[in-house]
Amino acid sequence: MEVEDLKIEPGRANAKPGDRAADFAENTPPGEQIKPTRRSFLRGSVIAAGAAATGVAGASRSSAEALPVPESSMAMGDPIPEKGYGMPIEFEEHVKRHRTDVLVNKQNFSDWSMTPLQHQTGIITPNGLFFERHHNGVARIDPEQHRLVIHGLVEQPLVFTMSDLMRYPSVSRFHFLECSGNGLTDWTKAASTTVQQSHGLLSCAQWTGVPLSWLLAEAGVKPEAKWVMFEGADGSGHLRSIPIEKVMDDALLAYGQNGEMLRAEQGYPIRAIFPGWEGNTNVKWLRRIKLVDQPDQIRGETARYSDPMPGGKWRQFSMVMECKSVITSPSGGMSLKGPGLYEIQGFAWSGNGKVTNVDITLDGGRTWQEAQLEDPVLDKCLTRFRYRWNWEGGPAKIASRAVDSTGYVQPTVEDLARVREITGFVQHHNGIFPWAVSQTGEVTNAIA
Amino acid sequence: MRLPNFGIMVAAGASLLLAVSTLHAETFGDPPTSGFGKPIAEPDLALWDIDIQTPTGKGLPAGEGTVAHGAEVFAERCEACHGEKAEGGPMYGTMVGGIGSMDKNPRVLTPGSMYPYAPILFDYVRRAMPLDAPQSLTTEEVYSVVGYIYHLNGLVEADAKVNAKTLTELKMHNRDAFIVDDRPDTKAERCMTDCQPIGTVADAQKK
Repeated sequence: MEVEDLKIEPGRANAKPGDRAADFAENTPPGEQIKPTRRSFLRGSVIAAGAAATGVAGASRSSAEALPVPESSMAMGDPIPEKGYGMPIEFEEHVKRHRTDVLVNKQNFSDWSMTPLQHQTGIITPNGLFFERHHNGVARIDPEQHRLVIHGLVEQPLVFTMSDLMRYPSVSRFHFLECSGNGLTDWTKAASTTVQQSHGLLSCAQWTGVPLSWLLAEAGVKPEAKWVMFEGADGSGHLRSIPIEKVMDDALLAYGQNGEMLRAEQGYPIRAIFPGWEGNTNVKWLRRIKLVDQPDQIRGETARYSDPMPGGKWRQFSMVMECKSVITSPSGGMSLKGPGLYEIQGFAWSGNGKVTNVDITLDGGRTWQEAQLEDPVLDKCLTRFRYRWNWEGGPAKIASRAVDSTGYVQPTVEDLARVREITGFVQHHNGIFPWAVSQTGEVTNAIA
Repeated sequence: MRLPNFGIMVAAGASLLLAVSTLHAETFGDPPTSGFGKPIAEPDLALWDIDIQTPTGKGLPAGEGTVAHGAEVFAERCEACHGEKAEGGPMYGTMVGGIGSMDKNPRVLTPGSMYPYAPILFDYVRRAMPLDAPQSLTTEEVYSVVGYIYHLNGLVEADAKVNAKTLTELKMHNRDAFIVDDRPDTKAERCMTDCQPIGTVADAQKK
C-alpha cells in the first residue's frame, strides 16, 4: 500500500507542484509519514489530473470514478491569524533539511545539513531548506551589538554598525552556493541513496547587500594589499583569505536572502558572498575584513579545503566551483510506475559563468540529446533543465552533462580521477552523476 | 492630485530598469559619494586581530609555553574529545602520526603530517578550541598545548620552549606539498553519439 503511493505516475510532468509530496515521500523519515488517508486522496487527484492533462497515446487508462465534492469546498477555511510567519502546509512537512546519513559526524556543531533538491521546484531554495555547514554551530547575534571592521593595509580602518551598512545603496543578485565537499561520499562507491545526500550541499538564493568594493574603497586600499582576509564572529572564528581581484569584482556583503534578512544559519546579520566560489569562502556572521599582502595560510586554507593531488601533493585555493549538473527527477530512491512519459528535471550551475547547454543521456553516456534550459539563465546561478522522456520500460542509465560559457564541459569522475588523487576526503566533485533505472523502474545511484 | 499617473510611472520605471540592468551587466555601478564607516584606531582592534600569517609567524604574540604544561592543558581541556595523547577520542580521530603517508592511500592527516607551517596550530587553537569554550585559553596555554601536540608528533623536544620564534622556525614535513589552483584540469568533449560510456574512478585507476 505504502509502496504503491511512492511511485511516479507517467505523465506527471503536467501535474501540479503539490503532487511531488506523494511522489517523493519515500524520503520521508519513519514517523514523519503523511497520514495514509490524505495521501491516498492526493494520489487519486494526481492520477486524474495527469491522465486528463497529458493524453498519452497508448497508455492503458481506466476511467476515473465519479468525483465527490471535496471537503474544502463545503467548509470555511482557516481564519487569518492576527500575525505570524507562514509555514508550509502539514502535507509538506517531510520536506526538510537532513544531516547526512552517509558520513555521520559524532557531534553536530562542526557538521552539515543538506537541501532536499528532489523537492525543489524552481531555482530558488527556500530559506528554511538552504543547506548548512557550520564549524562550531549556529551563532545567534544581536544586530544592534554586531560590528564589522575593515582594517589592515588601508588608509583608514573603519568600523560599521548594521544600521550603517543598511544605509548604503544596495544591490541584489541571484547566486548558487555549493559546499566544496558536496558529493564527497560518492566518488568510488554509490554511497548516497538520494540526491539530497549526494548533491544537497547546494542551494540558491537572491542575495541583497552592498558591493564589498565600495566599502574597501571607502577605507582606502593600499597598493601592497593583494589578499583580503574574512573572519566570522562565530565560535570557530572561521576565516578565509581571498584574492583582492575577486573582492573588487563581484563580491557582496549580504544581509538579505530571498526577500528577508539572513537566517541565523546563513550568517545573520551579515555574510560575505563570493559568487561561484566554494561555500566556506562566503564567511558568515562576518565581523572582520583585513587587507593583507599574502594569504594567512591558516588551517582552512591548508589542512582543510585543499584537494589531494598525485605525488603526495595538495591543491590549495581551489575556490571556484566548476560547472556541474544533476538530474533531480527521477533520482535515487524514486521509482517509475510503468512505461510512459516522464519529464527528466534537474539543475545545472557553474562558478565560472552561465550554463549554456545541458545534455541528457539515457544509455549510460553512449548517446546524448540536448535538454531544454528554463529561463532565467543567470551568471553563477542554478539553471533548471528539462527533457521529456518516453520510458519504454527497460533498464536505463540516465545522467546530465552541463557546458558553461567558458566552453568547459562537465567531466566524468573517470576524467577527474585521471588528474587528481581520489583518496580520503576528496572535495570538488563535479562529475557527471548517473542514476540507474531498473527494469521495474527503481532509480538508484550509479556513480560506481 | 493624489492619484499617481501610472502610465508615466511605468514608462519611467521601465527605462530606469533598462539603464540599471545595462550598468549592472559589467559592474555594480559607481560607489556612493558618501560612506558611513566610523574611523577606528588599530590598537582598539587588538582583541579582534587574532589571525596569524602562518608562513612568517607574523601575529604570534609574546609569551611562551612548555610541552609539560601542554600535557596538563590537553588532559583538562582537549582529551575528552581527542582522546588520550591525542590518539583519537569519542569525537575526533587521531592528531598524531601520518608523517610520510602523503603518497600512500589513505593519507593520515594530522597537524604533524598535514600542516605546512607550524603556527597554523596556534592560530586554530586560539580562535576555535576548545569547541565548548573557544578563545578561553591563555597565550601561555595555547603555546603549551601546541607544543605538546607537535611533541607527540615527534617534531618538538620534550624540554623545548614553545614561542613565536621556535614555532616559526619549526620546519614542517608538508611545507612544499602545496600547489595553487591550476584548474581547469579536465578537457571533456561534448560527444553526442558513439561516445564512451560514463566511466568510474575504478576505470581511471585500471588504465
